[in-house]
Amino acid sequence: MSLSRRDFLRYGMAAASSAAASGTIDLSPVEAAATSLRIKEAKAFPGVCPYCAVGCAQLIYVKDGKIVDIEGDPDAPHTEGALCPKGSSTYQLSLNERRITRCLYRAPGATTWDEKPLDWMMAEIAQRVKKTRDATFVEKVRVGARDVTVNRCEGIAWLGSSVLDNEENYLIAKLSRGLGLVNLENSARLCHSATVPALGATFGRGAMTTNLIDVQHADVIMPTSNWAECHPVSYKWVMKAKERGAKIIHVDPRFTRTSATADIWVPIRSGTNIVFFGGLIRYAIESKKYFHDYVVAYTNASLLLDPQFKTPTDLDGLFSGFNPAIRSYDQSTWKFELDADGYPKKDPTLRDTNCVFQRLRQHYSRYTPEMVERVCGIPKELFLKVADIYCSASGPDKTATASYALQLNQSTNGVQQIRALCMLQLILGNVGRPGGGVVALRGHSNVQGATDFGTLYHMLPGYPAEPLQGPHPTLTDYLEKTTPKGGYWVNNPKFVVSLLKAWWGPAATKENDYAYDYLPKREKADAYSHQHFTIGMLQKKVKGFICMGQNPAVDSPNAKMVRQGLRNLEWMVVVDLFETETASAWKEPGIDPTSSQVEVFYIPGAPAAEKDGSITNTMRMAQWHVKAVEPPGEARSDAAFIVDLGNRVKALYAASKAKKDRPVLDLVWDYQPQGPKREPTMELVLKECNGYATEDITDKDGASLYKKAEPLKTFGHLRDDGSTACGNWIYGGIYPEEGKNLALRREKAKAGDYLAHGWGFVWPANRRIIYNRASADPSGKPWSEKKKLIWWDAEQKKWVGNDVPDFPGTMAPDAPRAKDGPFKGVSGTDAFIMNPHGLGQFFASIVDGPFPEHYEPFESPTHNLLSKVQNNPVAKVYNVGDLNKLGTPDRYPYILTTYRLTEHHAAGMSRHVPWLSELFYGHFAEIGPEMAKELGIQNGDMVTVETPRAKIRVRALVTERIKPFMINDKKVYQVGIPWHWGYQGVMKSARGDITNDLVASLGDPTTFIQESKALLCNVRKEA
Amino acid sequence: MARTLAMFTDVSLCIGCRACQVACKQWNQLAPEEPEWTGTYQNHHHFTDKSYRLVRFFEETDDKGQIKQWHMMSDVCKHCAQAGCLEACPTGAIYRTEYGTVNINQDICNGCRYCVSACPFGVVAFNHDTGTATKCTFCNDRIHNGLGPACAKACPTQSIKFGFRDDLAVVAKKRIDELKTLGYKDAQLYGEDSSGDLGGLNAFFLLLGKPSVYGLPEKPKLPQRNVVVDSLLSIGSALVVALGGLVAFRGRGGQGGA
Repeated sequence: MSLSRRDFLRYGMAAASSAAASGTIDLSPVEAAATSLRIKEAKAFPGVCPYCAVGCAQLIYVKDGKIVDIEGDPDAPHTEGALCPKGSSTYQLSLNERRITRCLYRAPGATTWDEKPLDWMMAEIAQRVKKTRDATFVEKVRVGARDVTVNRCEGIAWLGSSVLDNEENYLIAKLSRGLGLVNLENSARLCHSATVPALGATFGRGAMTTNLIDVQHADVIMPTSNWAECHPVSYKWVMKAKERGAKIIHVDPRFTRTSATADIWVPIRSGTNIVFFGGLIRYAIESKKYFHDYVVAYTNASLLLDPQFKTPTDLDGLFSGFNPAIRSYDQSTWKFELDADGYPKKDPTLRDTNCVFQRLRQHYSRYTPEMVERVCGIPKELFLKVADIYCSASGPDKTATASYALQLNQSTNGVQQIRALCMLQLILGNVGRPGGGVVALRGHSNVQGATDFGTLYHMLPGYPAEPLQGPHPTLTDYLEKTTPKGGYWVNNPKFVVSLLKAWWGPAATKENDYAYDYLPKREKADAYSHQHFTIGMLQKKVKGFICMGQNPAVDSPNAKMVRQGLRNLEWMVVVDLFETETASAWKEPGIDPTSSQVEVFYIPGAPAAEKDGSITNTMRMAQWHVKAVEPPGEARSDAAFIVDLGNRVKALYAASKAKKDRPVLDLVWDYQPQGPKREPTMELVLKECNGYATEDITDKDGASLYKKAEPLKTFGHLRDDGSTACGNWIYGGIYPEEGKNLALRREKAKAGDYLAHGWGFVWPANRRIIYNRASADPSGKPWSEKKKLIWWDAEQKKWVGNDVPDFPGTMAPDAPRAKDGPFKGVSGTDAFIMNPHGLGQFFASIVDGPFPEHYEPFESPTHNLLSKVQNNPVAKVYNVGDLNKLGTPDRYPYILTTYRLTEHHAAGMSRHVPWLSELFYGHFAEIGPEMAKELGIQNGDMVTVETPRAKIRVRALVTERIKPFMINDKKVYQVGIPWHWGYQGVMKSARGDITNDLVASLGDPTTFIQESKALLCNVRKEA
Repeated sequence: MARTLAMFTDVSLCIGCRACQVACKQWNQLAPEEPEWTGTYQNHHHFTDKSYRLVRFFEETDDKGQIKQWHMMSDVCKHCAQAGCLEACPTGAIYRTEYGTVNINQDICNGCRYCVSACPFGVVAFNHDTGTATKCTFCNDRIHNGLGPACAKACPTQSIKFGFRDDLAVVAKKRIDELKTLGYKDAQLYGEDSSGDLGGLNAFFLLLGKPSVYGLPEKPKLPQRNVVVDSLLSIGSALVVALGGLVAFRGRGGQGGA
């Protein structure tokens, strides 16, 4: 798209002068000297940083068609013009000698790349896709007594990306599902997949509850992630709170740059967070510091449970219903006692021994300060001090914010570690209120968006489940089983039918169940995740692979095994900016290239600065970036590749009469490619995601609501009769009128609107802090003046305040439970409208238990002190023989934890950026002085770090910041190793061994995220 | 002369992210360099002709060897009121701008490097490609066009503040008072006092401990001044030696007398 005149005024020189105005000083009185400024005559385009998910808004200055400068947009309310070192180096993603600008082809067994024309490449790729699809397609399977249409292709895997735009991920989801692909993922699987079920099961939506700007209002902040290092620009809000006097408690195995800013550092053994959070929940209950009125009104603490339900306190580590033969739970006892209306019975006094509150209390009774000390390695006195400070920030006048990232996610208890933190926030009444919330910090720019848009094996855009062949053979079965009886998800049929209409248009009719058969049906839940399909490659079940903006050769667990899998493929397409290790797996140092027959197609892609599209940052805020310059050479947007591929595959099937090819042929795929590079019109994709009328729509009195093809103003207008199409319902309202793109909005925060509702678009419905009904008491009044956000205005009979209410706008606080309609089951005090009972959920069905219970990491220095069950009994252990052996403390005595540094990002970008690569000497391991002394290691010595999976060579950085732990009265040393390095990279410092080679193939039972924070290793000094 | 512009770096807000280092490189289009092993997160060891801003990292341990604090300090040219580089420059290439900043005119610099050794902070570096001395200019082109320096603009936590020196001095003193109230008893300003060392630094700092903790000289002085001081010291030493000899003589005499 092009900038309007108004935009030019805003982003041209007007922006340059506002930079000074909103900086620390107004320099306007200073008479400008004749000194030339290279951005003076440049045009500034709105950009978004492509690195982490803080989503720093940028201004991309362009002169004579060339980028001359990229810096922060000073008007951005969440970043105030700042950028971190990665953001400050974005220039070198576009202007970089290592950019690949021509298509490269590697024939099977070849030892070099060949340059090929783009058109030839695209034609060949389309043929490979068709060939493998046809060879591996399953149209129907027998399930019990019936034939079920499954339209499934298991032979191809597609990796979308959490650094691609929303629209690109949407197009990938649409095309790949149209082709029948089930092996569909993006890198969010490996970093934050546990976030979605954890936050979703507790609060109703699998997304961060609050807004970064609001962090400044917290009284206590507890980062359980390395916030300052991994999300530096957002850390300004922590520092603002600190300047105001807020206490910072940093919980981390290592003393990091975040610890350096904290009042208290709490060293914790990685993989034991449930014990720490459980200990805090116990402390809050036993010291009566929990927010009683909030808990009674807004959570399911008062609901009564079936007495048959048993916890690990009753059953020594297991919940009721465990079946050891299939390592799975029968959840039939995990339920409430119901009243005559089918609603759970409750005891508002919280005294009934069967109420959730009392069962929770009993469950965490074992999580004593002594237990925290012995399991986590946190001295009891320190724990009690922290517990007192943190739990005191509760009640009407106070709130505390907690952040988390991968320390909680990347674990065989990933979902439950995050759940435990969510429950702590819930019991202290810190959700939906200013200065409260759970801050989920995502490391890639569009982890939130890539997740929302469904490039994940288990879901469709907007979070409806990707169907399973057993329970979901028909649309009726699917909707019946996936639509709850109460809460806003009762509207699920509208979302699903509108999605089917967006994908298959006129071919989706009432008569054919809106083409539900076209959707691929998964065989089972335990399949198709990132780890599953990389093993599928190894075993040659997955034959073709499309990889966009991700580098699994370096960033996957057990990466050495993954690279072997890549070499075992028949064909692979890589779309990226640089030559990644994935693209060049066939020529990995030490590997004979002729031993691999993988045919590789490398397509040059484009970074955000060179294309139009939106990116959703970690606080659910979509921001549009405008193409500032043409991508160089044959490079073009990822969207252009996807749309082109779709058109070519459709053309190859054009003559087909086979039923199995209808989903491809009927797929609505008109994105009006333009210009010499055939770039699709991205606003058309956005409009489709927003939703539009497929026919003229009138209200019940016959008045016109929408003309055919008109964008919908809100997801509230979606219908389940085929009259609306919508690619992603949660983004409804982002494009409410033709030509009106709210993601492109860049209005500075106005006085009285600190949440800056005029900047970008936050889903859902531009609500900046979700569950904000909980910021008012049950009667609708703010809990306190200090912590007010929205409240009930009895005169106007509506909710008003400083945010868009996350609640039916005119539902009075005393309204009874709605019997029908879009808010069925929701009453005037149900602050968590997405949940079936409208309540925050302490008790929620997750496959490994309704309450988080501690199990040791699979590689652990100790036996489980809490029960006789050592590891998560339902976790996934991938069976790949010797490639996935696990270590024991006798041979691997040191705890190994892995992480990323401020200056680095996922391996595909930052290692090719010279300004970032020069900031560290090379690959290193952080080791404490005591351990170093025992092993005779000096700072700077080369060491070998070994796990049963691999050995890597790194330099030892000996530092007091790495401490041993006292675990179960025994001293255990830890080793910290950042991951980033690989065999590609711009300079010597950027190349090195691959940390993820050390990591095992293990998975959380719900999301199959790997365990890369808590492992065991051995360390030897090199002779 | 216009009001003096200055930079105030508050290390109590610094998170050591090195945005300033990279933003400087980007704006000034400085080439990358292979890093060296420093044994810490810091890179490079020193300012170079391609690194005008440098975040220094220092670990402080308590008496039991436990980590007490990890100090991070974003260092930069101080644009001293009494600038050693400027005074040492024989060609007049180094000049003071109307805003009080100190720049090196690349067209006039003859590469003699007197300024390199005259800087008490090791800021000025020699560029072998151009044969000239070079250093931070506070982004001369930006500040002459109403924009702040790239480093201050990028800083995520506003640890680097840019503005008129007198305004910043007020901010800095207020911040010191706040920090003292919060219990940071060693918090101190470095270079803010215009009547202090080198006539005050136009890039001044708020430190949480002694300057030496951050690798800064406790009492920065110009080497040129040292010539005078050193010669006085030499004369003094000679006198001391001579006097010492006399005392020793007398002492021995005294002992002899006992």
